[in-house]
Amino acid sequence: MDPIAAKYIGAGIACLGMGGAGIGVGMIFSQFLNGALRNPSASQGQFANLIFGFAVTEALGIFSLLIALLLLFAV
Amino acid sequence: MADPIHQFEIQKIFSLGHIGNQEIAFTNSSAYMLGAVGIIGLLMIGGSAGKRLVPDRMQSVAELSYEFVANTMRSSIGEEGMKFFPFVFSLFMFVLTANLIGIIPYTFTVTSHLIVTLALALMVFLTVLIYGIYKNGLGFFKLFVPHGIPIYILPLIMVIEVISFLSRPVSHSVRLFANMLAGHITLKVFAGFVTSLSALGALGIFGAVLPLAMTTALTALELLVAFLQAYVFTILTCIYLNDALHPGH
Repeated sequence: MDPIAAKYIGAGIACLGMGGAGIGVGMIFSQFLNGALRNPSASQGQFANLIFGFAVTEALGIFSLLIALLLLFAV
Repeated sequence: MADPIHQFEIQKIFSLGHIGNQEIAFTNSSAYMLGAVGIIGLLMIGGSAGKRLVPDRMQSVAELSYEFVANTMRSSIGEEGMKFFPFVFSLFMFVLTANLIGIIPYTFTVTSHLIVTLALALMVFLTVLIYGIYKNGLGFFKLFVPHGIPIYILPLIMVIEVISFLSRPVSHSVRLFANMLAGHITLKVFAGFVTSLSALGALGIFGAVLPLAMTTALTALELLVAFLQAYVFTILTCIYLNDALHPGH
């Protein structure tokens, strides 16, 4: 196979990992809304935790994006 | 169609000399960074000059941003972390202002360059590392040894903790960079659809309303992302600084 083509295919496959991060971020926000609608008065204090969980989950998707960017521009 | 990557190009304004073979130049990136610092300085100095009991608009903005960061820090680090307040507040205001300037059409987004966000993230990382070792001595390394873990899986957990600690500056910087880069490329791609559709004639101009509406909606979304990413950057900084202050889990 042409190495350039293999590089682009690899970058495309690496982006699949971001789907997992998408599922994770969706679960965090759905669970937060689930809890927040049951007890709205407690939800204000949990906003920082929500953003922290979102950021940590998103980091894993970012690593796969990083692999894709490295394949496209650095390898 | 216009090249959507063109907006990230660095242009030299004037040269400052050479270090080795590397030219040191004042670029459009440096100009926008200075502009961001200037805007923050004007806002803060102008906001605190009046010291009115009933604040005017500028003073309210300055007070609101101060209170916002101070409350975030108090809830995540606690009162003894407030000595880092100037650092965290400067980071938040710089990232937020740079992101917001970038939304204005025809401007340059400073935070869409990895080197800028990496420098900010490494600053946080080195502050945590140096201050943590200075304050706790070798006790700082308790960070990698969580309590209540059975002894036979402790070595594995320690390796994972060390790797996650070392990957912090990577995820911290690439998050901001990737969000800004992806958002601005999407905006420019949709804006490119407007021009290429309207070149097709009367029907094309009618059809170009759709991508134009999409561009407007995306700009609103980018405004939210600009604020959210500045907030995420700040809250992660607070959480990392908290590790330096209280390394035992």
